Amino acid sequence: MDGAAILDDLRARFGAAVLETHDHCGDHTALVDRAAVREVLRYCRDAGALGFDVLMDLTAVDYSRFPGREDGPRFEVVYHLYAIGHNHRLRVKVRVDEDEPVVPSAVPLWPIADWFEREVWDMFGIRFDGHPDLRRLLMYESFVGHPLRKDYPIDRRQPLIGPAH
Amino acid sequence: MATTTREFMLGEGTGPGTAPGTENMQLGLGPQHPAMHGIIRINTELDGEIIRKADVEIGYLHRAFEKDCEVGGWNNAIPYTDRLNYVSPLINNFAYASAVEKLLGIEVTERCQYIRTIMAEISRVCDHLTCVGASAMELGAFTVFLYMIKAREFLWELVEAVTGARLTISYGRVGGVKADLPDDFAAQTKKAFAETRVVLAEVHRLLTGNRIFMDRMVGIGRLSREETVAYAITGPLLRAAGVAYDVRRAQPHWAYDRVEWEVASEKDGDNYARYLVRMREMEQSMRIAEQALDAIPAGPVNVDFEGRPIEPSAYVDQGKQGKTEGLLLVPITLSPNLQGQGREAQKRVNVGDKRVVLPSKEHAYGSIEGLMNHFMLIMEGYGIRPPAGEAYFATEGANGELGFYVVSDGSDRPYRVRCRPPCLPPLAALHRMVEGEMIADLIPTFGSVNMIGGELDR
Repeated sequence: MDGAAILDDLRARFGAAVLETHDHCGDHTALVDRAAVREVLRYCRDAGALGFDVLMDLTAVDYSRFPGREDGPRFEVVYHLYAIGHNHRLRVKVRVDEDEPVVPSAVPLWPIADWFEREVWDMFGIRFDGHPDLRRLLMYESFVGHPLRKDYPIDRRQPLIGPAH
Repeated sequence: MATTTREFMLGEGTGPGTAPGTENMQLGLGPQHPAMHGIIRINTELDGEIIRKADVEIGYLHRAFEKDCEVGGWNNAIPYTDRLNYVSPLINNFAYASAVEKLLGIEVTERCQYIRTIMAEISRVCDHLTCVGASAMELGAFTVFLYMIKAREFLWELVEAVTGARLTISYGRVGGVKADLPDDFAAQTKKAFAETRVVLAEVHRLLTGNRIFMDRMVGIGRLSREETVAYAITGPLLRAAGVAYDVRRAQPHWAYDRVEWEVASEKDGDNYARYLVRMREMEQSMRIAEQALDAIPAGPVNVDFEGRPIEPSAYVDQGKQGKTEGLLLVPITLSPNLQGQGREAQKRVNVGDKRVVLPSKEHAYGSIEGLMNHFMLIMEGYGIRPPAGEAYFATEGANGELGFYVVSDGSDRPYRVRCRPPCLPPLAALHRMVEGEMIADLIPTFGSVNMIGGELDR
């Protein structure tokens, strides 16, 4: 199935939950509603014609300094899916507000989401509902703030405190 | 808990902490440990010598790569990418540059695509040599390590001849590469590959059927095909588990669709299968590089202009005196550091896109347009400005799919650069590979996932 057909399929199946689609630079992308994201991902993984068996990457972008998007939902959580059998890719995005930065966890679908989501929590402060153990991944426990947020200054220094044990 | 009156032997407990009088022991390995080539901490729970639980802790080498990329121009991120996977930095350079090119919608020149292919494959061999050599050393096969580092030395000499550096090479550029290949590069490569093949044959004889090596590797650190896929593991580990997925084959880029090669794969998914895959891939990589060197469009040097090269200072003087007629056609004697960056070489390896590629030195010194073009790319607030949007580009790194997700807001700085690190998924699944096995088996398993701290922690 080519990218356009995948997007058609998602639109037909999830209707209004698929908010927007595009294929800039040839990367087919679906922006979906936060409430539906787990169902969309599950469908992408399980539907035979899609067969996205690999969650290749999961990350986020802070759009608070992006021209024209300062007022909109602050974060986008970005899933890159890949299907080994069909050799096609899909990008799924979810917009998240700053006030309630929570996204349903993808850990029940793919175990690798565990670490990816821990990293997103660590770097952006977005929580994942249903994650079994949402700890920081790269920074240390006592680190304050989330460094990849645009309002975290690049030159801020924090004392490095070793692990408790 | 009752106090025990006699000593327990290691491994005496029969179940997970069930035998009377025993309890599981917590043992932290790392972050600094002689047998761990990489700064990582593994908290294990041991029952005798059996690992019952393992918790992998990473982040000790976090240098804020992604944050740093956001504060400079698009090309400023190139040196940072060197320091991701520092054993095969060229692949990172090219992957990042290709991601930005995808965003810009430009296609690099044919010769540049071949150069990227050749240099990426040489780097892959270096990476596999290091991985196999180091894991063999940790099992006591020190000779193998020395042999393989010797072979890597031959290849790093090639890298040095092309880029001027061994590790922090910064050779890729958005829109091309820093400089053309040196003149006798094909011959040098041939020689280095011949030496490497000798070493690989020796290592095959030393390791592949070796009883001790096989005892330590066969059936150890196994991960099923399903779990490997569910953990998004790519590269040699995935191919060792029976899935012949290779980005170079599945989504061909650069010159990978113009050379013949095989995707190496095995079925067992254990450490030994990973070793075999890496050994076969090195041969395939050399095959790719050799074919690419044969097929690379030559582009003759110094044909379409006359005159002998002159000194840059004399060149600038002539320009100042208004003697500009035909000046642009005169080549400059470049210092050895700038070798391969002359006007003709630039044309061969870089796209002719003034939005992206620095003008050649002849143009920058000899014409006002060239100088302005140079400034427009270098000055703060100008530079490369991809249109607003996002792009994901993936290539096959030495450890698996190396992806860059770049977001542009239309300015001269990346809005977001995300590196999909190929060795993070195997580390996330490491606990699944070692639980239930002996603590000594952790060493070959950890060696086989080839953790590279720079790329894992970014």
